[in-house]
Amino acid sequence: MGILNHALPNIGPVKAVDTAIGWGRKSSIWPMTFGIACCAIEMMAVYAATFDLDRFGAGVPRATPRQSDLIIVPGTVNAKMAVRVKRLYDQMAEPRYVIAMGACVCGGGPYVKWGYNTVKGVHKIIPVDIFVPGCPPRPEALMDGILKLRDQVGRDAVFARREQAGKEMDGRYAAAS
Amino acid sequence: MYAVEEKNDVFTEELKLNLGPQHPSTHGVLRVELKMDGEIITASRCDIGYLHRCAEKIGENVTYLQFTPYTDRMDYLASMNNNLAWSLAVEKLIDVEAPERAQWIRVIVAELNRIASHLIAFGTYGIDIGANTPFFYAFRERESIMALLERPSGARMLYNYIRPGGVGHDVDDQWLADVLAFCDEFERRWKEYNTLLTNSHIFIKRTANIGVIPKDVALAYGCTGPVLRGSGVKWDLRRDVPYLKPYDELEFDVPVGEGTHGSLGDCWDRYWVRMREMMESIRIIRQACPRVPDGPFMDKKTSGMYKTPLKPKPGEAYVRCENPRGELGFYVVSEGGTSPIRCRTRAPSFCNLAVLDVLLPGTMIADGVAIIGSLDIVLGEVDR
Repeated sequence: MGILNHALPNIGPVKAVDTAIGWGRKSSIWPMTFGIACCAIEMMAVYAATFDLDRFGAGVPRATPRQSDLIIVPGTVNAKMAVRVKRLYDQMAEPRYVIAMGACVCGGGPYVKWGYNTVKGVHKIIPVDIFVPGCPPRPEALMDGILKLRDQVGRDAVFARREQAGKEMDGRYAAAS
Repeated sequence: MYAVEEKNDVFTEELKLNLGPQHPSTHGVLRVELKMDGEIITASRCDIGYLHRCAEKIGENVTYLQFTPYTDRMDYLASMNNNLAWSLAVEKLIDVEAPERAQWIRVIVAELNRIASHLIAFGTYGIDIGANTPFFYAFRERESIMALLERPSGARMLYNYIRPGGVGHDVDDQWLADVLAFCDEFERRWKEYNTLLTNSHIFIKRTANIGVIPKDVALAYGCTGPVLRGSGVKWDLRRDVPYLKPYDELEFDVPVGEGTHGSLGDCWDRYWVRMREMMESIRIIRQACPRVPDGPFMDKKTSGMYKTPLKPKPGEAYVRCENPRGELGFYVVSEGGTSPIRCRTRAPSFCNLAVLDVLLPGTMIADGVAIIGSLDIVLGEVDR
């Protein structure tokens, strides 16, 4: 929506439009097909029939970062992969969201002490919205993370001017790029 | 009218293409550098290391028991089998044998996990080929297996259940009965899979005569598991070198490829070997469940090392096991300390992946995806 983003005053009608857009956006999250390690299998289990992420409108993974707005980082990121994760994140269009899935991605996990090659937490490379700990997290845990992300996406304003919280958001994106 | 002279100087430029590391059908973070002539692959080179997690170095720093969870995370689709191989290696080093009851429980959980692993291979191979439905069917049965394995071990995927000296917790009779009930259920489901994918005309067209590995190439590249058996070599460690006593007493066949729909050793043969192995595992579980004897599930002498770290005598041990993906070997060298000084893994996926560079040149790129899927690699194990 271009130049109107965060340009309008924070008043009733604008808020109402934002709420409607937020409801639509949170109900159609497009995650990216991206598997690294063990957690990817649990992520696949979430997409599959038993847990069925499609109930929340996030069940159709896209094969390219350019079409997706959520990247779930499922598994250990090492030095060689870190560059690629960063590039994938950069290729995604705004607004974009990141879920760090698993202990390795949240802060090193079992490889924190002796893992000479692993990145101790993906938040050192890209900004993370939701952390889902566990090794690997149960599918219920990942779904909880995605539900929390839905709330966050629904609250995000599109047209209305962002106040204090908005500055923090801008700072966050500036740090990423 | 002008006569058009035919010229042979029409050529396509050589294109370098990167497949991966983020690609839906590379089964993890594999990168393949392809040289393309139009749609034909002329040369390929595998680039691995995107999931190198320092497992072997960690093994030299932690104690023998502490390394068991790291073996879970190598081949994360078949954690039980990895635990089993590591436990057997440590047991060989300290010269103990697991109690009878533990051995039978080990067989049951390892075969259950083999089915779960082959289910993933089946489901994701369908997606590679372009059939999305089998994936959902495969994960439905996989959830049942996860629920069964969760009851004794407490974890869904990475169990840390089989430990040096026995198994972590005992199983009860109700669990064994539920496992048998699952076997009946699975047999019916398995027939569904065959109507869904195995005998599908499109699937056969996409996989038969594609990625043919001749017998001698499979042997020369050290392929093991379904990749080797798909090429017609009847070699299964469970039958030929029984590493657990019960395998000697159980009856089961070793399915090999027969070239049903094309040449021997094509993608369809490897796929069909995996499908039939699932049924053989069911057969093993059916025989094993009633025969689980009473007794301790953990060796008394070995369980002492849960309090003080184990210090084996200087020496070395090598144990190999039949994983769902092939022959997994652990080579442990002790110098008398609390942790091994060398802890080497012979990963089946790594050796199976090596043959990819021979298979790819000359094929279309869409078939290349089918070939990668049929090798069924797990990058956690390739890179370790």
